[in-house]
Amino acid sequence: MSTSRAIASSLGRIAPALLSVGTLILAWEAYARLSGISPTTLPAPSRVIAQAVQNWPALLENTLPTISATLLGFACSLAAAFIFSVLIDFFKPLRRALFPVFIISQTLPLVAIAPLIVLWFGFGLAPKIMLVALVTFFPMLVALVQGYAATEEDIESLLASMGASPMRIFLLARLPSSLPYFFAGLRISITYAVVGAIFAEYAGAAKGLGIYILNAKNNFRPDLVLAAVLISATLTLVLFGITILIQRLAMPWDKLAAERKP
Amino acid sequence: MSAAKLELRNLHKRFGDLDVLADISLSVRPGEFVSILGPSGAGKSTIFKLLTGGLRPDGGEILFDGTALAEETQPFAFMPQRDALMPWRRIIDNTTLGLEVQGMARDSARQRVAPLFAEFGLDGFEQHYPAQLSGGMRQRAALLRTVVQDRAMLLLDEPFGALDALTRSGMQRWLETMWEHHNWTALLITHDVREAVFLSDRIYVLTERPARVLREIIVPLSRPRRDLASPEASAIEADILETLLNPPSET
Ligand SMILES: Nc1ncnc2c1ncn2[C@@H]1O[C@H](COP(=O)(O)OP(=O)(O)OP(=O)(O)O)[C@@H](O)[C@H]1O
Ligand SMILES: [Mg+2]
Repeated sequence: MSTSRAIASSLGRIAPALLSVGTLILAWEAYARLSGISPTTLPAPSRVIAQAVQNWPALLENTLPTISATLLGFACSLAAAFIFSVLIDFFKPLRRALFPVFIISQTLPLVAIAPLIVLWFGFGLAPKIMLVALVTFFPMLVALVQGYAATEEDIESLLASMGASPMRIFLLARLPSSLPYFFAGLRISITYAVVGAIFAEYAGAAKGLGIYILNAKNNFRPDLVLAAVLISATLTLVLFGITILIQRLAMPWDKLAAERKP
Repeated sequence: MSAAKLELRNLHKRFGDLDVLADISLSVRPGEFVSILGPSGAGKSTIFKLLTGGLRPDGGEILFDGTALAEETQPFAFMPQRDALMPWRRIIDNTTLGLEVQGMARDSARQRVAPLFAEFGLDGFEQHYPAQLSGGMRQRAALLRTVVQDRAMLLLDEPFGALDALTRSGMQRWLETMWEHHNWTALLITHDVREAVFLSDRIYVLTERPARVLREIIVPLSRPRRDLASPEASAIEADILETLLNPPSET
């Protein structure tokens, strides 16, 4: 009873998104069929899907390296962001020393950096991990540092009055306080991560969606390019969904607080 | 007259150019309920920060049981102005916070606190999150978290300031009963004159910032004080209001 209602309500919530995406695809399909445009210029969605099904072994073979590059790169980036955020939180002057460096790293154009990193570190996994980390590290670091700073002052002075050490205060108050910021950063960064991985592969790789897209383009197969794009979009959406799921599990109180607000 | 549990002597505090506490001297005897009453922004919360070690005074002395307050000792259980419940902890785990910080294992801390839930009107809400409680219940949870620490003295910073009038009167009666049962020594900050009269043995009225003690008022009403609007209470209340609104000019 309550589960069926929950399913109905979540269907109700995604219905508008389904409708707008569906309309877009239908319009595209209609245009591709009716305008007489060549499929080597703009293939219809039906053709993209047919080609994706037909070429799925090759697509799968190229998707798995992208997934591992994304996840490994993102994991490294998260670990680094966490370590630096803690260091900055405990030694405030570090922030002024390090942030300029990190901000400069964010201004580097990927088109220039990706080929260079591939040139220096080869076609293996390492340069992909580095590029994914490069694009996701700073947003995650900022999210964490802001999250710590958002700790309620009263909670900290309460803990101090109880005799808690700075380390205890960090673990009991600052770290949990940062969770909403952390997850907001996570949702944005995970989408950057997929794009970063594909970009790195595009600049040079043995396997991966990026190199698959490059080859398909060079062979004048926009249908296969779009099939790979479809997969990467799906991958991004799935990862996005997973982060929301993890957030629900990690912050069960968050939903309750939201429900109270009118 | 027994010796003071807590004594502040000529306490002085400034933030940069802002003189907040000009000269605060007050004392609290064992088992006494004392209130600090003053205008908003006078520096009342600052006094508690000096006591709990969040700030250091620029002058004056803090004596506890006759000796200067050492940094590592913490004789106070402090309830901050907002309830400061951690939204991510269930109520039971919010109330055990102080015990956990003292090093007690979570399970023993829970066992210690659980029997008090009924008395604090929180029965059945142990596993709820703060967001699921009403304002009055949150305040009671914060108070429970404060008293289970078993410190020598309670510091309560406007515990009922955020509540509606009806809930507040209920909570004041409840606190008076609890205080009589438990023999707490308490220092309460408030800017609600009626609350101060209803709960206190003595009241210190502060001036505007920079704060000094304007008057010390003894409340001779017998306990329990069920009646919030008795003529005697109203007379004291009117007297205090007059002092606050038309402070005697300094010479
Ligand atoms: N850490 C600080 N740095 C600078 N100024 C401060 C600091 N803490 C408090 N103040 C200032 O000191 C003054 C007194 O603050 P305090 O919080 O003690 O007032 P209060 O009497 O508790 O007021 P309220 O009744 O509104 O809670 C205010 O003007 C405030 O801006
Ligand atoms: Mg205050």
